[in-house]
Amino acid sequence: MLSRPIFLPLAQLNWDYNTQVVFLGTTLLGIAAGVVGAFMVFRKRALVGDVIGHSALPGLGLAFLFGEWMSPGAGRSTTSLMGGALLAGLVGAGLVLLMERTRRIKSDAALALVLSLFYGGGTVLFSIIQRLPGGGQAGLGSFLSGKTASLLAADVSMLAVAAVVLLGITLFFFKELILIGFDAEYAAAGGWPVRTLDTLLIFLVAAITVLGMQCVGLVLVVALLLTPASAARFWSQDARKVVALSGVLGGLSAGLGTLISATWPRLPAGAIIVLTGLGVFVISLTLGRQGGLWERWRGSRSLQQRILRDDVLRGIYEILEASTPTPDRTGTFSPSELRSRHSWPTRQQDRLMMELIDEGSVISQGDRFRLTEHGLSLARQTVRLHRLWELYLMEYANAAQGHVDLHADVSEHFLDPRLLAELEERYGSRIPMGSVPQSPHALPSAVSPVESH
Amino acid sequence: MSDDHPHWSPLSLHDMTVAYQRRPVIWDIDYKAQPGRLVAIVGPNGAGKSTLIKASLDLIPKVAGGVRFFGELYASQRHRVAYVPQRTNVDWDFPVTALDVVAMGLYRQIGWFWPVTRKWKQKALESLEKVGMVDMARRQISQLSGGQQQRVFLARALAQGADLYLMDEPFAGVDAATERAIVELLRQLRAEGKTALVVHHDLQTVTDYFDDVLMMNMRLIASGPVSEVFTPENLKKTYGGKLGILDQVGLRLAGQGPTP
Repeated sequence: MLSRPIFLPLAQLNWDYNTQVVFLGTTLLGIAAGVVGAFMVFRKRALVGDVIGHSALPGLGLAFLFGEWMSPGAGRSTTSLMGGALLAGLVGAGLVLLMERTRRIKSDAALALVLSLFYGGGTVLFSIIQRLPGGGQAGLGSFLSGKTASLLAADVSMLAVAAVVLLGITLFFFKELILIGFDAEYAAAGGWPVRTLDTLLIFLVAAITVLGMQCVGLVLVVALLLTPASAARFWSQDARKVVALSGVLGGLSAGLGTLISATWPRLPAGAIIVLTGLGVFVISLTLGRQGGLWERWRGSRSLQQRILRDDVLRGIYEILEASTPTPDRTGTFSPSELRSRHSWPTRQQDRLMMELIDEGSVISQGDRFRLTEHGLSLARQTVRLHRLWELYLMEYANAAQGHVDLHADVSEHFLDPRLLAELEERYGSRIPMGSVPQSPHALPSAVSPVESH
Repeated sequence: MSDDHPHWSPLSLHDMTVAYQRRPVIWDIDYKAQPGRLVAIVGPNGAGKSTLIKASLDLIPKVAGGVRFFGELYASQRHRVAYVPQRTNVDWDFPVTALDVVAMGLYRQIGWFWPVTRKWKQKALESLEKVGMVDMARRQISQLSGGQQQRVFLARALAQGADLYLMDEPFAGVDAATERAIVELLRQLRAEGKTALVVHHDLQTVTDYFDDVLMMNMRLIASGPVSEVFTPENLKKTYGGKLGILDQVGLRLAGQGPTP
């Protein structure tokens, strides 16, 4: 056993009939859960899904007891157990909505209360059932933690049919569910039966929950609904694509999770499916192109880079302005002079200097540097904008002269094209296009004296 | 009954009282809107202006009183009434485009289950055109400025092709360009013989933008043509001790109507 090569799991996969059936069933369920879950997230009802899962517990217990009372042995029927779970889940969700309507209890508190009430009640029922003769083999445990690997073909075919039906219903009401998700009040004013549509959505969530319970257990089932939709939001801003992608990701994580747990049968299958889904979510959160962490980091970094670049160009220009009175600014500067003017880190300045040299804006002259024609025009543009903005701030934002530099530094990098055009229009006649106005305030003098050349 | 709710009036309220948790928010409002007019609903915060609109539209329950649209119950007149909720009511991060939102105004005409086909998208674009937002049609709504979002809401209402428009603070927090666009739109609606009731906060522009005014502070203070009703006296009654508000209105009101 120990010598089994762990890097060849799929080769070891026991791809027998039962595994194929289970794979198909869980994948279909995953797709349906992803699609229904997307609408649940749109309607901001994620926690209702959680309540339904937990509320199903006493439903299972009661359905078992009722079945046994009717005729011994009938309590174990999957259909009646699932029916009980569905009913109890709906009652739990209904209670939450009723409590919210009192307005005294906020929705988060209502959710927590109902969840604890039902889960507590269910736990007590289960401990009673365990002590009943024959209760130990009731098989209720599989609903708590799931039993993916040991699902029977009969269970799976019901699962598959139900998943397809739920998927169909959801897509049928696509437009209406989007409407109540975005603006329920407007929908109600337009005569749409918002409460009925909400009930439908809750029913869909409850049905998925009950179906999913057999695979991943009732505590984790909310993850099947929630994870794919949350992941999909990081890839698209279009509801249609979010729903489609949520279905795909849901099916993918459930199918993949099933394969993994079929390869390593000792791992808890339900938890593996849920963790696979969370893996997909983490990837989306990190790499997603609509607000993923990587994209955000890149965005803020490129802004920082732009600000730094503008500041360095302006710093160079101001040094040359002091050393070269002629407008061609042919003087030279050294990195240490530049550094003494601003507080940017040495490493960043060095990297930026390399960049400016590479693009041909700056060339070295002995152990010093000077701006090329291209570099000079870039610097002029930057400094001109900076000073126009300073003038504007002094005139219209009551900025005191001594503080103007700081204000301008912070805000000029966020100027939009409209405001830029306005600046040019306002000052263009006084300060011709392309020329650089005098700084409206005293410039910092370099610490090391500027050498004459 | 027809005296209280004549057919010519787009919106008639008779003795309407609304309460939250048994505490009345608006009392005994009696009002008949004149057709083809732009009506401002003014009053201080908490005066029940939004409540008036929502209760009329059956969005919140009434304790007493009757509401009729064109003399009939709302349920039978929905196609003639368009509602523009406050912009802050919805989640603007929702993954839909401006065009998608405007198309929601057509859902009633499209009917259950049918998808939004090209024909309807074209109609939605026409509404966006009217508010100067065609270029933004494919933008995700979170990428729009506040004023642009407001215009999308107006376009959604326009798409309904209604005769009466109920707008909850469409001018709140919008830029100057949007304000001009909304005013232009209101005038166009009036030219087409339509009626608009608009919850409005900026007292300085009431005389410029509106024909009629409904002044309320939990109860109805006054209603009628701006030139007759929008007086310093009524403003004082509406806003109570908050005299600062009167200063805001400033000279605009000087010499207009009886001085207190």
